[in-house]
Amino acid sequence: MKSLLTTIICLFSINIIYSSVIIVCNKCDISDISIAIDKAKNHDTIIIKKGTYYEFDIEINKPIKIIGENSIIDVEFNGGGFNIKSDSVYLSNLKINNIKRSYTKDIAGIVAYKSDHFVIENIEFNNPFFAIFLQKSRNGIIRNNIIKGVNNDVLNSGNGIHLWDSKNIEIENNKIINMRDGIYLEFVSAASINNNISEKNLRYGLHFMFSNENKYSNNIFINNAAGVAVMFSKNIIIHSNRFENNWGSSSYGLLLKEIYDAKIQNNYFYQNTIGIAVEGSNRINYNHNIFKQNGWATKISGGCYENIFTDNDYLNNTFDLSYKGRENDNVFSGNYWSNYVGYDLNHDGIGDVAFMPIKLFSYIVNSVPEAITLHRSLFVELINFSEKVAPIFTPKYIMDKEPKIKPINYVINY
Amino acid sequence: MLSITNLNKSFGKLEVLQGININIVKQGIFAILGPNGSGKTTLIKTILGLVIPDFGSITINDKEIINRWAYRSEISYLPQIANFPSNLTVIEIINLIKNIRPNTKLDKDLIDLFNIKESMNKKLVDLSGGTKQKVNIVLTFMSDSPIIILDEPTAGLDPISLIKLKDLLIREKEKGKTIIVTSHIMSFIEEISHDIFFLLDGKIFFNGTIEDLKVRTNESTLERAIANLLK
Amino acid sequence: MYKILRYSFYDLIRSKWCYIYFGFYFILSSSLLFLNNSLAKSIITLMNVIVVLTPLIGSIFGAMYYYSSKEFVELLLAQPIKRNTVFLGQYIGLSLSLSVSLLLGLSIPFIVYGMLISPEITNFISVIIIGVLLTFIFTAISYYIALSNDDNIKGIGIAILFWLFMAVIYDGIFLICLLTLKEYPLENFSLFSILINPIDLSRILIILKLDISALLGYTGAVFQGFFGRKMGILIIGSVLMLWTIIPIIMINIKSKRKDF
Repeated sequence: MKSLLTTIICLFSINIIYSSVIIVCNKCDISDISIAIDKAKNHDTIIIKKGTYYEFDIEINKPIKIIGENSIIDVEFNGGGFNIKSDSVYLSNLKINNIKRSYTKDIAGIVAYKSDHFVIENIEFNNPFFAIFLQKSRNGIIRNNIIKGVNNDVLNSGNGIHLWDSKNIEIENNKIINMRDGIYLEFVSAASINNNISEKNLRYGLHFMFSNENKYSNNIFINNAAGVAVMFSKNIIIHSNRFENNWGSSSYGLLLKEIYDAKIQNNYFYQNTIGIAVEGSNRINYNHNIFKQNGWATKISGGCYENIFTDNDYLNNTFDLSYKGRENDNVFSGNYWSNYVGYDLNHDGIGDVAFMPIKLFSYIVNSVPEAITLHRSLFVELINFSEKVAPIFTPKYIMDKEPKIKPINYVINY
Repeated sequence: MLSITNLNKSFGKLEVLQGININIVKQGIFAILGPNGSGKTTLIKTILGLVIPDFGSITINDKEIINRWAYRSEISYLPQIANFPSNLTVIEIINLIKNIRPNTKLDKDLIDLFNIKESMNKKLVDLSGGTKQKVNIVLTFMSDSPIIILDEPTAGLDPISLIKLKDLLIREKEKGKTIIVTSHIMSFIEEISHDIFFLLDGKIFFNGTIEDLKVRTNESTLERAIANLLK
Repeated sequence: MYKILRYSFYDLIRSKWCYIYFGFYFILSSSLLFLNNSLAKSIITLMNVIVVLTPLIGSIFGAMYYYSSKEFVELLLAQPIKRNTVFLGQYIGLSLSLSVSLLLGLSIPFIVYGMLISPEITNFISVIIIGVLLTFIFTAISYYIALSNDDNIKGIGIAILFWLFMAVIYDGIFLICLLTLKEYPLENFSLFSILINPIDLSRILIILKLDISALLGYTGAVFQGFFGRKMGILIIGSVLMLWTIIPIIMINIKSKRKDF
């Protein structure tokens, strides 16, 4: 026991003895970050004092800590910011501005390649091309960063947080505004993406493909041109996120394409053209979600099997459900539909007649979008009513046999 | 005072008034008579501006009146059918007309005269036909205009009120007013009127005093004289 | 004009029809609130009802009132006032009394329910504004129809047919056009079609409030440009005003030439 303690103390002192602190400031001996990194030994700490540093493509090739005091690194469009090529790198409290645009290379504020155990935190990116770009990296944390693009066209902008072939990454509390994709993941597994805000991005707030076993929770996606798109992934959890104000003819709160075995729970979809659009996705549990005032709350295109929708609230959507295909293997049960006009004689909280969420008019609008201007007109109500009484076009088999009488979930107003 | 020259009016193909000429220069009670559809009411309505003539002119005190409105403060009108807004009270209707015609002062006397004081706060829908006509008469005479036009004033009146109306008309005439009246009750006309205009098919068939007419037709009563004219 | 307006208003506000109309809205909004148990949901249903019902009531009452007060109008026309004063006064008196019934019938239950302190109040106010505008528009149109037809059955019939056309048939024709012409760009066509029907126009105001995501999302640039901006609401407002003013002008012209 005693020897163990001594060993720990020894190790600790070695660390203190052998790791030193290098200070960089505009008027210090070392006024250049690259030189400081050159001079630093492994596990040293470099403190960058307040000030503006005009450097670019700073290579980090050894495990060190770089801590700023909100110090500004102005790249002046000469290239990228930091280039991490080592494990165990810690970067924090910096501002990295004005990254060069390129149509051939992915230039970023911070690039990490084959890095393990890194932390990138409290960094503000202003006018980046890409902001954080990871490839083949493992076990990292990206948190409390702010990424602000000034981009107004998709061609000249990159993604906020871009991960490719990485594993076990935590992305937390970041705020991403006005980039191409807010967060982009491809071939990323075991990542958790929590508490981020991604808004006003020119394409997707969050976009991931081929990324399994990931968890997304408590994120806010607002006003993105195309919403959030997730594709070709398995075993994911999308939990307690907010998807709001994604408007446009191909804009979704959430687009699911070829997703298998997912849980989509407690999310809030508000005023999106399409709340959730689903294509070719199987075995997904949708529960306790709130769909409020969307154009189409859920739009299911062909090839979706064994999906279960329960305990969701559909509140005042223009259309609750649109469904393509003649067969249905999906379950809608025990949801609350504000368009439901049934009754509950035995007061068990469940409506006594089934609710059919598909309206004939939604078919018409699908084929002639301009017809939306006739929504809520007496004529359309008449069509819908006669279709409801004697269904010809709408599938009879899609119905909620146990519609709830009262909303199930609590609407949280942020 | 009132002068009508070459007045023409047709409703579609129906020529209701064809070249009417009337010239009234003195005060008095003038009767416009004629069978149904002869154009009596249309003639009265053109004077009031309710019907717009096709051509011709009407002057009152040498001023052209067609398509004007201010001259109507010189004229009081008793319409044929006394159909008032049903949910207003008598006093409200009287006040409405008083509002439109600012110089109206005689309403109290007339209300006393026709004994309708207790009906003042009743809704018009609750009044009998006779009482409605009394209200109608009050509305017409209360504003003391120099010209008074009455379309079938005796309709629905009880004998006592009829006598009161006759006395009223004669008093008004003596005040110097010009009164134009239509009626089917010839005895009433004979009693109050002196000069008549007899209309037939939109034209003035006879114009003169009742005495002239009786002499011309060699009849003893106005009623018979008129019947004679129509033969 | 104010004198005539006031008498018409007092006459109508005491009529049993006004109470029935008030009672209908009172019961409608009370039962909506009772059944839905939600302000937002009740207001949506209410919007759907108002857009169709206020024009119908305006159409019926406009013509009926003209015919029932015809003789009194003659008496008024013989008074020293302008013709259009009589008609405008009557028309405004009638529209106002209908609007008051609407306003009170809807507001009382909603206020009791706690609408004043709810964020739904703006939506409620839009319902009222739309209801009042439609009342004024359709009362004017049917008053004009009555003025042009001396036969009261014919007049009321035409007024109701006009309502039926605007409320239902027009949209049916519009939808059939859209479906048959769907290969062509239809945005300008549909925008135009909506602008010339006051019921559709009011409905669009409601859709703008409730279904903005679908309206702006699923359709093209012209719609987005039109409905996405304050300009759209402004244009809709002005067209609705035009819809009120034009029948009034027509009433004026008609009344100048008409014989009574």
